[in-house]
Formats: sequence, structure tokens, C-alpha cells
Amino acid sequence: MGELRGHDLSLAYGSRRVVSDLSIDVPTGRITVIVGANACGKSTLLRGLARLLAPESGTVTLDGRDIHSLPTRTVALRLGLLPQSPASPEGIVVADLVGRGRYPHHGWFRRHTTGDDEAVARALAATDTTDLAARTVDELSGGQRQRVWIAMALAQETDLLLLDEPTSFLDVGHQVEVLDLLTDLNHTEGKTIVLVLHDLNLACRYADHLIAMKDGRIVTQGPPAESVTEQMVSTVFGMPSQVVPDPVSGTPMVVPIGRHHTREYA
Amino acid sequence: MALEVVVRTRRAGRARASAVCLTLAVLCFAVLCVSLALGDVTIPVFDVVATLFGGGDAGAGYIVTELRLPRGLVAVLAGAAFGLSGAIFQSLTRNSLASPDIIGITAGASAAAVVALLVFNVRGAGVSLAALAGALGSAAVIYAVAWRGGVSGYRFVLSGVAMAAMLTSVVSYCLTRVEVHLARDALAWLTGSLNAKSWDTATTLGIGVAILAPAALVAGRWLTALQVGDDLARVQGVHVERARLGLLAVAVALAAVATAAVGPVAFVAFVAGPIARRLAGGGGPGLVPAALVGALVMTAADVVGQHAIAGTQFPVGVVTAIIGGPYLLWLLVITNRVGRGD
Repeated sequence: MGELRGHDLSLAYGSRRVVSDLSIDVPTGRITVIVGANACGKSTLLRGLARLLAPESGTVTLDGRDIHSLPTRTVALRLGLLPQSPASPEGIVVADLVGRGRYPHHGWFRRHTTGDDEAVARALAATDTTDLAARTVDELSGGQRQRVWIAMALAQETDLLLLDEPTSFLDVGHQVEVLDLLTDLNHTEGKTIVLVLHDLNLACRYADHLIAMKDGRIVTQGPPAESVTEQMVSTVFGMPSQVVPDPVSGTPMVVPIGRHHTREYA
Repeated sequence: MALEVVVRTRRAGRARASAVCLTLAVLCFAVLCVSLALGDVTIPVFDVVATLFGGGDAGAGYIVTELRLPRGLVAVLAGAAFGLSGAIFQSLTRNSLASPDIIGITAGASAAAVVALLVFNVRGAGVSLAALAGALGSAAVIYAVAWRGGVSGYRFVLSGVAMAAMLTSVVSYCLTRVEVHLARDALAWLTGSLNAKSWDTATTLGIGVAILAPAALVAGRWLTALQVGDDLARVQGVHVERARLGLLAVAVALAAVATAAVGPVAFVAFVAGPIARRLAGGGGPGLVPAALVGALVMTAADVVGQHAIAGTQFPVGVVTAIIGGPYLLWLLVITNRVGRGD
């Protein structure tokens, strides 16, 4: 169930190729984190995997079938994605926005059911936003809003959930909160989660499987403990660093080395 | 506990929307009855209602159903069509300025109608047909110009504004090249008027609205899905380009049939959507309330134009322009102030 793969994928915007000949097996039931420098193609890869972008060549398969040949509603019932900057309709209340996630479960003439209410209630409870249900989205803080968007993606009730930088624009407290929430969902519901993250150390801590990208290709992948090395950080981000064990989690922690404020490397 | 909150919130939203729609419908009917009561012979509103429901005496019945009802119905139907059309355009482009009278759809109808009137000497239903063709043609050109592997709302609006400017100059050119009395006929059409509307117009418009309004409400499902952005809509299984084209087609057709019937009545399409959304709340596109607000604005504007100043009658388009102009200015001011000018 919910096996997502990319085979020899090339993705482009117009004539500008962003991802080239990339193959990826998303580990089912695990948390995969994609990292890489700006403009390395990680968001594009996510969009390609979610069939928002038709590949120039290669295929994306969901349970072995080409995702572009499947009815789009069928895909929508299996795979959800939270884009980087979704638009919230002016004046919408939280419960209604989360309810918008139920769209693929509705037909042309079948509208709201008790099942929808239950799914929305579960999504609100999981993201700890039940108290916000009757508020309008416009009046929420950034952290609250992001949790509401995740709730909307959850209400879609898909096995696979892709999130494009769900923690950007959040302070570190809210970042950890969102990542904990996603880990809970992975543990309790067995959801396959793929997310793009900027913070390498949080990526190392929360990823079961880490993918590092550069110039539209995968440089390395695997469990963070194996894949994150000083060599890899230097290749992917062009920056010297020291990798030490995270004192809290024991996962690799990347300590950047810049030109200033370094004791022994200056 | 969470379930209760969800159900309660949803019911509250729905209750408000229903109450707003019901109130608007009642108001609309009341204003329609007033418009049917007033005229050279004033008929008591009670008799008007009785006549509409099949009672009343024959004399009042003739005046109401044969002389006044077509005009009233045309006002209601055209207003509803303009309101729906405007609400669809505004929601689709996420821009309150994007209504068919601003982005060149009704300008297309006007240019075609004026050319038909003045250059080809067409009269009557032919002018309506020309207007219909003009609106559809203008929309098709705007869509083609705005197309870049898909159509973004912003590009559509800008192309439309440019198109409107060009079409308006066509109208002006034609007006300056003909005899004064001909130009006056054309101007009367351009102002938008409900004068001399017969059962023919009401029936034609009624058929158009009967087909297009349900289509708009069904396609409203797409509109709701598109509100959260193209990517998210696509993720949820919407064929975004197909949906947008379908919605545009319905919205253009609605504006076209309404303009063909009553001329380019200013600002009804423009004000209906925002008023409806503010009243109904909930963040949805608010198509039903927008149709009702459109119908109410049009009917009320006609009553005001006909009866507010004794002895002087204004075409409905003059009254709607007086209401709509200041609103447009206000919108431009607040849009720039809070930096929402996207």
C-alpha cells in the first residue's frame, strides 16, 4: 500500500531542467527528509512525486502504476501534499478550511457527511487545533496557521503525506512541535511522510531516511547516522563543518565552520 | 468533543448563510412587488402579490403581468446573472477588481452592439445577438492573450483591462462618426436600460439563466477547491486548467446573456460578490448570495431610477453607476493602503 517511486525522473519548468535522471524509492511507513542547498530541486522533486509537474522523461509510480495514468481523484485519496505557500480564502474559519481537505472524498453531488465531520475532528485533535475550530484563519499566528494547514492535509486521509518545508517561517519551538506531530502521525497511523527541510540538524533527528540533493541529483541517501558526514555536507552545501553526535538525540549534528568565530580552524 | 465542535461550527456557518440567502430572497421579492405596484397607475402591493399568485382582478392583472412583470423579471434575472458572473470572476482571479464590466467582457458586448447598431444598422434582437457574440469573442481573445501554458488570474485581469480600453475606443470612434440621433440610440443601449422589455426578452434571458445558473452552481465546487491555490487544488484531484476554463466559460456566458438583454449595466457584477461574501461569511465563493444581491441591486436601482424623482426617469445603468463608482474608488484606496493589490 502506498509505494511511491520515481524512475529516471527528469523534471523541468519550461526549458529549465531542475531534476535530472533521478530515481527514488520512498520507504513505505517511514519518515523521509530531503535536504539540499537552495534551488537544488528538492521542492521540484516533491512536486514531481505528487504529479503536480509532468516529468520530461521517466515515471513516477504509485503501487507500481504510472501516477499520471491513474485517475487524479484516485491519487488524491492516496497521496496528500502541503505546498509551501497555500492560499487561505479570506474570512474562512479553521474547521471549514480543514474540511476543504475532504474534497476528493466528495463526488459531484455528494457533499458533507458525518464521516467528513469525524475526519475533520480527528485532524483537529491530532494537530491540537480543536480550540481554534471556530476562529477565522486570518487571525491565527504563524505556528497555529501551519498546524491548521497540516490538519487540512490530514483530513484528506491519505497513506502518503508530502510536505514542502512545513517548518519555514516558524520559530524553533514551533518547528519542533510540527516535527513531533508528524512523527506521532507516522508512529500511530503508519503514514509514509516525505518532507523537505532546511534545518539539517532537525532533519538528522527526525528522518528515518535522509536524502541529500545537489543540482537536481541525489548525492547520498540512507539513515542519517550513515549518510551525514563532513564530506557529504561539504559536497552538498559547499561548506566545511564538523559532525558531532547530537547531545539530545545521538543523531548526527552538523556544526558549520565559517570564516569567523572559529577557535582552531581560523 | 472535537466532533461536537466541528459539527457546531459547520452548522453555525450554514445557518448564517441560509439566513442571509433567505433574507435577500425575501427582500428581492418585496422590491420586485414594489416595482410592479408603481407606475402611471399605482396598484396596491397586496393586489400585486395576489396577481402573482393567480388571483386579483383582470385590470390589475393585465397591468402587472403584461406591462410590468417582464421588466421586473428581466431586472431580477439579469441582476442575478451579473452577480453570479462577477462572483465567479473575482473568486477565480482572487481580485475584487476583476468583474466582467472591468476586464473587457461587457466592453466586448458594447463594441459589438454599437458596431451592429451604427455600422450595420441592426435593430432589436440582432443587437442582443451581436452583444452576445462580442462578449464571447472578447473573452476568447483575452484568454488567448493571457495564455502561457496556463492562465493566471493576474495576467487575465491585465489583459482584460487592456482589452476593455481598446474596445471602449472602438465604441467612442463609432459614436463620433455618426449622426447625432443615431449616436443617441447607441448611447441609450450603452447606459443599460430596462425600458420596453417584453416577455420575449424575459423568456430568452430566462432560458439562458435557467441553463447557466445551475451550471455555475455545480462548477462552484471547482471554484471552492481552487480557492486554496492551484497546487493544493491539483493535489486534491482537480484538473485545474479544465476547471478554470469551464468556470470562465460559464461566467462569460452569464455576463453575455445579461448584457445582451439589458445592455452593459455598470457595476452590478462588480459589487454583488463582495457584498454577498461579507454578508454570508464563511470564506466560500458565495455564489447563491451573489446572485441574490445582484438581483436585489438591479431591481432596487430600477425602482429608484423610475420613481425616486417624480417626472424624471433614469435608466437603471445610471443609478447603478452612481452606487458603484464610489465603491470602486473606495476599493482602490483600501487595496493600495493595505498592500493587497495583487
